[in-house]
Amino acid sequence: MAEVELRAVRKSFGATKVIHGVDIKIADGELVVIVGPSGCGKSTLLRMVAGLETVSEGTIAIDGMPVNDREPKDRDIAMVFQNYALYPHMSVYDNMAYGLRNRGMDKAEIDRRVREAAKTLELAHLLERKPRQLSGGQRQRVAMGRAIVREPKAFLFDEPLSNLDAKLRVQMRVEIKKLQRQLGVTSLYVTHDQVEAMTLADRLIVMNAGVAEQIGTPMELYARPATTFVGGFIGSPAMNFFPARAANGRVELGGGIVLAMSNATAAGEVTVGIRPEHLTLGGADGVSLPIKVELIEHLGAEALVYGHLPGGAALTARIDGETDVALDAQLTLSVEPRHIHLFDKTSGRRVD
Amino acid sequence: MVEQRPLSKFVAHAILVAGIVIVAFPVYLTLIASTHEPADIVNGTMGLLPGHMGVTHYFDALFSGTKQIKSTPVLQMMGNSLVMALVIAIGKIAISIISAYAVVFFRFPFRMFFFWTIFVTLMLPVEVRIYPTYKVVADLGLLNTYAGLTIPLIASATATLLFRQFFLTIPDELVEAAQIDGAGPMKFFRDIVLPLSLTNIAALFVILFIYGWNQYLWPLLITTDSGMDTIVYGIRRMIVTSDANTDWHIVMATTMLAMLPPVFVVVVMQRLFVKGLVDTEK
Amino acid sequence: MRKVVFKGTLLPLLLIAPQIVITVVFFYWPASQAVWQSFLIQDAFGTTTEFVWLENYQVLFKDPGYYNAMGVTAVFSIAVAVLSLGLALLLAVMADKQIKGAGFYKTMLMWPYAVAPAIAGVLWLFMFQPSLGVLAQVLRGWGLDWNPLLNGRHAMILVIMAAAWKQISYNFLFFLAGLQSIPKSLIEAAAIDGAGPRRRFWTVIFPLLSPTAFFLLVVNIVYVFFDTFGIIDAVTHGGPAKATETMVYKVFQDGRLGGDLGGSNAQSVILMALVIALTAIQFKYIERRVHY
Repeated sequence: MAEVELRAVRKSFGATKVIHGVDIKIADGELVVIVGPSGCGKSTLLRMVAGLETVSEGTIAIDGMPVNDREPKDRDIAMVFQNYALYPHMSVYDNMAYGLRNRGMDKAEIDRRVREAAKTLELAHLLERKPRQLSGGQRQRVAMGRAIVREPKAFLFDEPLSNLDAKLRVQMRVEIKKLQRQLGVTSLYVTHDQVEAMTLADRLIVMNAGVAEQIGTPMELYARPATTFVGGFIGSPAMNFFPARAANGRVELGGGIVLAMSNATAAGEVTVGIRPEHLTLGGADGVSLPIKVELIEHLGAEALVYGHLPGGAALTARIDGETDVALDAQLTLSVEPRHIHLFDKTSGRRVD
Repeated sequence: MVEQRPLSKFVAHAILVAGIVIVAFPVYLTLIASTHEPADIVNGTMGLLPGHMGVTHYFDALFSGTKQIKSTPVLQMMGNSLVMALVIAIGKIAISIISAYAVVFFRFPFRMFFFWTIFVTLMLPVEVRIYPTYKVVADLGLLNTYAGLTIPLIASATATLLFRQFFLTIPDELVEAAQIDGAGPMKFFRDIVLPLSLTNIAALFVILFIYGWNQYLWPLLITTDSGMDTIVYGIRRMIVTSDANTDWHIVMATTMLAMLPPVFVVVVMQRLFVKGLVDTEK
Repeated sequence: MRKVVFKGTLLPLLLIAPQIVITVVFFYWPASQAVWQSFLIQDAFGTTTEFVWLENYQVLFKDPGYYNAMGVTAVFSIAVAVLSLGLALLLAVMADKQIKGAGFYKTMLMWPYAVAPAIAGVLWLFMFQPSLGVLAQVLRGWGLDWNPLLNGRHAMILVIMAAAWKQISYNFLFFLAGLQSIPKSLIEAAAIDGAGPRRRFWTVIFPLLSPTAFFLLVVNIVYVFFDTFGIIDAVTHGGPAKATETMVYKVFQDGRLGGDLGGSNAQSVILMALVIALTAIQFKYIERRVHY
């Protein structure tokens, strides 16, 4: 177990820069999730930590030791792959034992570790099976087992749940979280699924186009997104954005709507962000948003209302599922000023 | 088929049975002939039912060969054929699998040049370069040797391409998992690639064994010593145009013996054979 | 090409070396010798060698014997291809019907693949040997003066039958595989569209099978060009009177018995060109198949 540190890590393939400098210090036992859309460089970053990609600039250190020039096998890390990468011709037991045997560990110790991991993962009765005789969830657990038996300094997960169906994904997510807590191994976890990221992470790195947009705890990112990208990516349904002008503690949305934000210091062209769940039915002084209901989605406990502001901007609101709202009705929504996010129009950065 | 008409099924059975008769009749006749008195064969009076000389003829063929024109005992010829077939099959598989491994799992200077060097030989069967190849073998002093009989036939693009094709289907993640598990290139080859290739190797072996066993032109060129005759080529030496001098009963027994091993392999390893056949032609 | 590879230069070079060495020594060197020697004329004793540019080729294309060999090869190829492809397709279509014993039929039809061409020749020679062949006797009984040892046409028919017989199993297996890869739903759709069995075959099944058929055609031609050497040599020795002398057999005859190495090599070079052309055609076809 160890700290993993990335210092100004950059990656380029030829002239194409894919990672533009990432800095993070992952504490011992911490689970950090790298989340972002496909092609944002999150997998590349993970693979650099694993040693499967070379580091173009910067330093990766595990336990204080720079490992840039070390082979994957010498970094004392274990990795769980998206497609599991189980050896198809080896039994579950051999799949887990292979890495240990290659390190010349003695047989009894290998056996002890494999059986212990199998017990933890409820694989004990499957040890003699071949991967093709297992279900998706079981394969996933074998891949986990292969990582666990190594007792490495760090676990690296590369979208380990994306090949599972939705129900199993939720179940395995919980298992991974419990296991990671129990073993206390420093972990780096890559996913494109923001729900998975939020639920698992101690801290999140939101990546976009090779840049770490924000690093922080899930609630920090939710409450104070640093950029419009983070605001839109974290949270579901996604945050509403409107173009606006800010001046003197007032924000004009166009179409005659003005939001009063007495403590806002921003001025000029801004983007306003409001989460659907922060919109409530009924007007309130200075923060009223009138919309015409165009579509309602009933999800049971809640309902999603879609419409447009008089200025033309689309808006989604999440309201109580039992509220009776008719199609084409005129609604007035309101939002508390503390839930209004302001971002610079051009840079997309948060302005407070 | 969508309709299940009894008549169409009957026709299908009839045509297939006719097909089997056409395919099997020449061999049946040969089998029958190998059990009849030489005189019955030559006079054309042997008929279509088995005779009673089978055991004697096969015994004679195996241990002494033809008499009128002295031939090598068939058992010895079969031994030569077996060596040739096995060395060619195993040799081809061995050099092809390692060269394909090099081409697929490494990046090294002139990699594509080497690959094309091998690839182009697809277009150069032995038959189009008979004498120059013969001369090379002669210059190397390999005439009338097993080495001369086999090594020149060991290089082939087909097997290399097949393995390359298969290796390309091994997922990158498997290689990475092995790298993290501490396996270097040779360990990966031995522990992962070789076991995964077993079916391909077996299928290829079936095809190559038949290829090696059935070689004709090459032994004809390379061997002059009748002790080195392979069975497929040796039969030709037993047949002379003037019928009276041909020991047809022994020739027939030898023909059966020449077909036996490859046909046995095909029938017993049918699934692998079909896979090998389809794969090598892709 | 794969993304993930091992490091190292020496190891892969060592791994590829055996194949490269054998390929260079037994393929490239002889092939280049064939090209080089096709420009040379050697006297009968092999003492003097003269560089004659294209004279060997000129001689060749003035030689009626060479045109004879081309004609023989053409007739032989077409006859064998038509005969064995036709029979194999018929048998494959029948075996593809859902009938009992399909597996048994398949087994019983596939084994001739394992029979060496030379052995196939011996089998057919024995049946049609003029004096003792069982089927030759039948033909004679019908009043036909059957004698492949003397009559060139008869000899040709004999080698065609032997060569086609051996090739049926190969073609059958590929046709059957091709048929079985056609989705059943397509045939059902055609049936719902009102096409009867015969119409379904010609409008749906056969067009879908045509890539297989084309591939087999090329393979069969290559087979007849090269692999039938054993049949010719065992059955007719190219005779009578060169009536069954194929191009490959002539390369062999001219080089060994005739001692005309230059001419033989010139023929080899022409054959090489032919094989390269055939292979190129086949690759074009494979490329096309990838797009489907």
